[in-house]
Amino acid sequence: MIPLSWWLTLAALLFCISVAGIFINRKNIIILLMAIELMLLSVNMNFVAFSRYLDDMAGQVFVFFILTVAAAEAAIGLAILVLVFRNRRTINVAELDTMRG
Amino acid sequence: MITKTLLLTIALAPLAGAILAGLFGRQIGRAGAHWATILGVALSTALSAYVLKLIAFDGHEAVNMSVYTWFRIGSIQAEVGFLVDALTATMMVVVTSVSLMVHVYTIGYMEEDPGYQRFFGYISLFTFSMLMLVMSNNFMQLFFGWEAVGLVSYLLIGFWFKRPTAIFANLKAFLVNRVGDFGFLLGIGLVLAYLGSLDYATVFAKAPTLVGQTFNPYGTVEWAVPTLICLLLFVGAMGKSAQVPLHVWLPDSMEGPTPISALIHAATMVTAGIFMVARMSPLFELSETALSVILVIGSITALFMGFIGIVQNDIKRVVAYSTLSQLGYMTVALGASAYSAAIFHLMTHAFFKALLFLGAGSVIIAMHHEQDLRKMGGLRKYMPITFATAWVGTLALMGFPGTSGFYSKDAILYAVGSADRAGASFAHASLLIGVAVTAFYSFRMLYLAFHGKERFGHDDRHGHGGHHDHGEHQPHETPWVVTLPLALLAIPSLAIGFFTAGPMLFGNFFDGAIFVADGRAPLAAMAHHFEHGSLSFALHGFLTPPVWLALLGAGLATYIYLFNPSIADRARKAFAPIHHLLERKYGFDEFNQAVFARGSVWLGRAFWRVGDQAVIDGVIVDGSAGTVSRIAFAVRRLQSGFLFHYAFMMILGLIVIVGAFALLQ
Repeated sequence: MIPLSWWLTLAALLFCISVAGIFINRKNIIILLMAIELMLLSVNMNFVAFSRYLDDMAGQVFVFFILTVAAAEAAIGLAILVLVFRNRRTINVAELDTMRG
Repeated sequence: MITKTLLLTIALAPLAGAILAGLFGRQIGRAGAHWATILGVALSTALSAYVLKLIAFDGHEAVNMSVYTWFRIGSIQAEVGFLVDALTATMMVVVTSVSLMVHVYTIGYMEEDPGYQRFFGYISLFTFSMLMLVMSNNFMQLFFGWEAVGLVSYLLIGFWFKRPTAIFANLKAFLVNRVGDFGFLLGIGLVLAYLGSLDYATVFAKAPTLVGQTFNPYGTVEWAVPTLICLLLFVGAMGKSAQVPLHVWLPDSMEGPTPISALIHAATMVTAGIFMVARMSPLFELSETALSVILVIGSITALFMGFIGIVQNDIKRVVAYSTLSQLGYMTVALGASAYSAAIFHLMTHAFFKALLFLGAGSVIIAMHHEQDLRKMGGLRKYMPITFATAWVGTLALMGFPGTSGFYSKDAILYAVGSADRAGASFAHASLLIGVAVTAFYSFRMLYLAFHGKERFGHDDRHGHGGHHDHGEHQPHETPWVVTLPLALLAIPSLAIGFFTAGPMLFGNFFDGAIFVADGRAPLAAMAHHFEHGSLSFALHGFLTPPVWLALLGAGLATYIYLFNPSIADRARKAFAPIHHLLERKYGFDEFNQAVFARGSVWLGRAFWRVGDQAVIDGVIVDGSAGTVSRIAFAVRRLQSGFLFHYAFMMILGLIVIVGAFALLQ
C-alpha cells in the first residue's frame, strides 16, 4: 500500500506547481484559471488521502462539493474571460491592470 | 398721581412714532413721518412736564415700580421698571423738550434729504432709548438704554452712509464706546457679584457694606471694592460722555446731520455718563480715590479740549469741542461731590448748547452746507433771528452773569474751589483758565460767523466746479420751523438758571435722589453768597474772578477778531508749534491709529497667520487630509492591478494565517 506521506507530497507538489503557475504566468488568464483548478485538485487529493487514512467518508463528500463549486467557478471564470476579451481584445494578464492604484 | 400707564405712555409714545416713521415711512409719506414723531414726542414732553410738576411743586413721592420681569437666571432677576424722582423727572423734561425742538427743527434742516422718514424714525427711537435710560430703576435696563442710545448715535453719525468720512466716524464712535461699555459692564458685574442685586434701591441700601472689602486680582495685590466698582462705572461714563482719553469720537461725530449733533452729541446722550454717576452717587460717595480720578480727568478734558476749540475752523467742530469742555466741567462737579451742580449744568448746557448747535445748523443751511468759518462773516444782516439767538447762546456758554450758564458754571467753580480732595486745586485752576478759553472761542466763532467782512460770495479759492454757483446765492434767514426752536431754546438758555438755581442747588429738590456723604457740603461756599437770591448773586458775580476771566476772554476775542484780524495770523505764526499741536488735537488720533488700530490689525493678522492659517488650516484641516493622502500614496503602490499579485497575496495571507494557527496550537 502506498503510504500517506507519498500522497501528501504529491498534493504539495501539485499545489506548489499551481502557485508557481499563478505568478510566473504573465501571459494568459486561461493558464491562471487552470492553475487555480490544479490548486483545488491538490487540495482534493489531500481530502481523499486523509479520508482513506482516517476511514472517514466526510472527506470524500467534501471533495464532491469542491468539484461542484470548482465547475461553477470555472464556468463563471470562462464567461468573464470571454467578456474581457470582447472588451479589451486581449487576455494578456500583464495588460489587465486597470485596478492599479 | 404718577401711574404706570402715565410712565409707559411717556416712554412708548416716541417708540410708536419711531416705528411708524421708520418702518412705514413710505406709506405715511414725509409729512406723515414728521407729524407722527412730533406728536409722539410732544405727548411725551407734555406728560414729562406734568410729572415734573407733580414732583417739584406738588410734593409727590418718588415712584419706584416694576413693570415687567424681563428674565430670571437663578437668583438674578432683570426687570423693566421705572424710578421717577426729582433727578429722573428733570432729565425727562430736558430730554423730551430738547428732542421736541430738534424734531421741529429737522423739518427745515432735512427738507431736501431723501432719508427724511428714516431720520425721524431714528431721532424718535433715540428719545425712547434715552427715556428708558433715565427712567430705569435697575442696572440692566440702564445698560439697555445705554447701548440703545449708542446704537442710534452710530446710525445717525453714519446717516449719510455714502460719505466715507461718516462711515469712519461712526465706526470710530462705536469702537471707542465699546471700550467704555466694557468697563461699565465690568462695573455692573462687580455690583452684582458683591451686592447680589441689580435693583437700584437694593444696591444703594446695601452699598455701605462694600466699605473695607477688597478684591484680590492676583498674588497679594488688593484693590478696594468701592473704588474698583466706581472706576469701572466711570470708564463707561468716560466713553459715553467723551472724557479724555475716550473723547476722540465726539468731534468726528459731527459728520452726522446737525440736528442730531445738537440732540445726541451735545444736549442729551453725551450727558448720560454724567447722569449715571449722579444716579450712582451712593456708590461714588464711598470712594475718595475714584472721585479724585473723576476730578482730574474732568479738569483735563475741560481745559485741553477748550484749547482745541480755539483753532477749529469748522463751525460745528468749534461747538463740538466746546461740548467736550463743558462735559469736563460737569465731570469735575461730580468729582467734587457736587452732583446737583453737575445735573444743573447738564440741564442749562442742554438748552444753550442745543441752541448753539441749532444756530450753527441754521447758518449751515443759509450757507448752503458750507461749514468753514473762514468762508462766512457778516451774516448778521441776513439772518437776524439766528444772530440774536446765537448771541444768547454764546453769553450763556461763557457764563455772563444772569444767564443760565452763569449759575451752573459758578456753582461748579465754587464746589471745586472748596473741595479738599486730591487734585481739587489743579481742577480749580484748570476750570478758571477754561472759563477764559470758553469765552474766547465762543466769541471767536460768533465774530467769524456773524460779524466782520463777508468772506463768502465770489470766492473760488477752493473752486470745485459743481459747487461754484453756490456763491451766487445770497444767504437768507431760515424758515420758521428752524427759527422757532431757536427762539424757544433761547428762553431757557437765558432764564432757567435764574429761576431754578435756588431750589436745585440749595433747596431739597434732589433729596432722596442724590446722596452726598455726611459732612460734605460742596456748595456751602456758594450758598453763603446766594442767600439773597438769584439777582443779587448775579450782580455779585461781576465782582468775582470767573466773570472777569470770561470778560477777559471775550474782550480778547473781540479785539482780535472784530477789530484787528491780522493779529490772529501773526499769533498763529508766532506760536506755530502750539498751533500745530492743537490742530493735531494733541496727537490722540495719530496715537490711536498707530497703536490701537495698527496694533489690532497686527494682532488680527498674527492670529490669522498662526492660528487660522497655520494651526487650523495647516494642521487640522489640511494636515489630516494630507496625512491620509501621504499614507494612501505609500499604500497604493501595493495595488499593482495584476491578478497574479493579488492571488499571490491571498496565498501568502493564507500561509501566514495557517502558519500562525499551527504555531499557536
